[in-house]
Amino acid sequence: MDADDESSNPMIDEIYANGGSPEGGGGEKRSRRLIISGDQFDIEAYASLYSGRTKIARLLFIADHCGGDNSAMQLEALRMAFDEIKKGENTQLFREVVNKIGGRLGPDYTMDVAWCETVDRRAEQKKEKLDNELNAYRTNLIKESIRMGYNDFGDFYYAHGQLGEAFKSYVRTRDYCTTSKHIIHMCMSAILVSIEMGQFTHVASYVSKAEQTHEALDQITAAKLRCAAGLANLVSKKYKLAARKFLETAPELGSHYNEVIAPQDVATYGGLCALATFDRTELKASTLTMIMLLNDDCEISIVFLILILYLQAKVIDNINFRNFLELVPEVRELINDFYSSHYASCLEYLANLKANLLLDIHLHDHVETLYDQIRHKALIQYTLPFVSVDLQMMASAFKTTITGLEKELVALITDNQIQARVDSHNKILYARHADQRNATFQRVLETGRVFDRDVRSMLLRTNLIKYDYNARSLSRKL
Amino acid sequence: MDPLEALVAQIQGLSSTPGDIARLHIILKQADDSLRAESTRLSPVLGQLAPSEHSLGFLYVLDAFTSGQISKQQAETSVPIITGFINACNAEQIRLAPEKCINLCYPIVLVCKRLKDQVMMLEAPIRGAGPLLTAARKLQLSTEHLTPLHSDFLMLCVLAKCYKTGLSILEDDIFEVDQPRDLFLYCYYGGMICIGLKRFQKALDLLHNVVTAPMSTLNAIAVEAYKKYILVSLIHHGQWQLSTSLPKYASSVAQRSLKNFCQPYIELASSYGTEKIAELEAYVQTNTEKFENDNNLGLVKQVVLSMYKRNIQRLTQTYLTLSLQDIANTVQLNSPKEAEMHVLQMIQDGEIYATINQRDGMVRFLEDPEQYKTCEMIENIDSSIQRIMALSRKLSAMDEQISCDQLYLSKVGRERQRYDFDDFDVPTKFNI
Repeated sequence: MDADDESSNPMIDEIYANGGSPEGGGGEKRSRRLIISGDQFDIEAYASLYSGRTKIARLLFIADHCGGDNSAMQLEALRMAFDEIKKGENTQLFREVVNKIGGRLGPDYTMDVAWCETVDRRAEQKKEKLDNELNAYRTNLIKESIRMGYNDFGDFYYAHGQLGEAFKSYVRTRDYCTTSKHIIHMCMSAILVSIEMGQFTHVASYVSKAEQTHEALDQITAAKLRCAAGLANLVSKKYKLAARKFLETAPELGSHYNEVIAPQDVATYGGLCALATFDRTELKASTLTMIMLLNDDCEISIVFLILILYLQAKVIDNINFRNFLELVPEVRELINDFYSSHYASCLEYLANLKANLLLDIHLHDHVETLYDQIRHKALIQYTLPFVSVDLQMMASAFKTTITGLEKELVALITDNQIQARVDSHNKILYARHADQRNATFQRVLETGRVFDRDVRSMLLRTNLIKYDYNARSLSRKL
Repeated sequence: MDPLEALVAQIQGLSSTPGDIARLHIILKQADDSLRAESTRLSPVLGQLAPSEHSLGFLYVLDAFTSGQISKQQAETSVPIITGFINACNAEQIRLAPEKCINLCYPIVLVCKRLKDQVMMLEAPIRGAGPLLTAARKLQLSTEHLTPLHSDFLMLCVLAKCYKTGLSILEDDIFEVDQPRDLFLYCYYGGMICIGLKRFQKALDLLHNVVTAPMSTLNAIAVEAYKKYILVSLIHHGQWQLSTSLPKYASSVAQRSLKNFCQPYIELASSYGTEKIAELEAYVQTNTEKFENDNNLGLVKQVVLSMYKRNIQRLTQTYLTLSLQDIANTVQLNSPKEAEMHVLQMIQDGEIYATINQRDGMVRFLEDPEQYKTCEMIENIDSSIQRIMALSRKLSAMDEQISCDQLYLSKVGRERQRYDFDDFDVPTKFNI
């Protein structure tokens, strides 16, 4: 009993002064762990996660969006992009990057006309060769060779940055695919090019096409497809579906899909989308249960064990996602804080991550929306268990002013997300439950009145029409 | 013997039994033209007849008497005569209609219309209101019947601004109509009376009837009614959308063309929808002339006022107490004093439930105290139920009546093939 009392006191303090650190923090079990990342963005580390064209695209995106006063980062990104492009054969991109650098990185990083011309000439020759080969195969009508020919064409165009042509070539192989492996290969290529082009409707359709093949897909391909589907959903703002897809991704993905997405991204996107759209049960089942187990409280873990046995299926997925979350500990902490109602620290993590997330090519447009949704959910979740809430305390829990908080709450109430009313004089929020009985009476009387009125006007109109008809028939008879 | 005197004698003689009255009716119809020719000599004749017994005769003579052009002085004398007649006459006798007219124009109606013109000429519409009400009630076959007199009566009420008398006749439900034009006017004037009495729901119903009535061509009454309809629905419901305005059963003519004539009002409604008072007021300012030409400026001002009310009502949903200063800021009023005035007015009108604490400058919003437990409420619900049951009986009666109607059967019968007695499936039409 005594031990319980001791452990419950700091808990009560936490509820009242949520987010603020009480004095005598010796008994604090859940003090804020200062794993705040998001200080100066390490471009090299970031870029090393990716390969191929997406690496270049991401570096260019960072260079464009990192803000005018951060020219060091911008130049760094451009330099790395330049190096990467030089390893490939895309002269168009090369010209772009050189323009952007504008001579700021010294003589090594200027327009290398000779290189461009060599590359272009080589490309011409290769294209002719491929063309001839393809024609030969076509006259011979050997399906497999034609398919390989088109694939080669697709690869060639992709390497040279002609994404539209590449897509067309890959799609043309469809008629010559004989096994499911071929189909899967085609779909994966098409997906890759579509993602680069930003046409995510194609991505969605090709993912479903690939998943419909008769053969069972191997783990890695399945994981890749899930990621692609998740990305498509994210871009089309279907955050809940995106979260589900990312959570279903198997950890065997590892770094196999580096030409599109890194496992850190899976964790970040999935975690943020889940936080913004899942309700508490889903959130717990899908991401937290295992994390909780890692924590100290024994009694709680027993309860969770029972829940785990109950939620068997989701637990297996958990393990997968937990592996991903390990790669981005900030997101893991973030979700943990949200679930245990440490809103201030949760929002602080979010704010810290924001600057870096804005540099991400896929998440850029959605950061604001997701953040708003997470913040609203935090506010709603805070007020849910209470009959009355002191706005002062709530403001300090969310580290905001009372007037600002009041405005946000009023917006949520008007939107019908919170069932409560604000006592502006005493600065208290009172929960309000609609009176069902009165509402029913009102609805009944209103329905009766509407029926009355409608039937009466209907009878009137019938009479008018009848009169009209009679008059006309009368005049016909006369 | 002077034909006129002979006629008078006949009237006096044949006014007792229904059979006699029928004969008298025929005689009078034949003598109609000759009566009109002698209109100048008719006033002493009127003195000889008693309106309550010789109603039919009196009516025909009166009809002839008033048919010519009447000057203002003559109107002065004839108005009391007509008024006296209407109050005293026998209802059954005046309902006998002339057979030749397709449009069923009762002579009483003609007389009343002339009365109306005369009181308008005398610029005392209120003198005509009472008599016309009596006349309308007498002419009606039942309380559900609309006579042409109804619309004239309502028009006089509107002009005389005595709305309460008009309201009494509006309480009856109308189902039978002689002339569609009467209905349009009746509903339009009725709507105006209800607006005057601030009974916006009823006004909305009446105007809705005008706007959705079956019509083959657009008429001006419907256009004017539509303008008022938009304004009243803004005041009462707080919203009006072009897309959902006219239901499907409205005539196609109305659906297509009404909005073209009411452009300023539709724009007013859309600016109302943005919920910015400054915009709304600016729009009203720029278009004051147009609204004034339609005599709708008063209503438009009420629309602007209703916007403040709606904003305050919205506040009751989110706040429990709020300072007057905050109300003024949120609703875009100029000062807390104005806010207090508005809130006070709304509490008095029963539109919100609140208490004002002047010392702290706070308003406390309360819940609707209606508990639906009182006897009055139960009686109210009970009477609604009875009403609706009566309505559905009426509806089924009408349904039966139409299915026995000859015209309907002939039209439907043509499209159907003959089938066996026990064949319940109606076969599809074969086009050969």
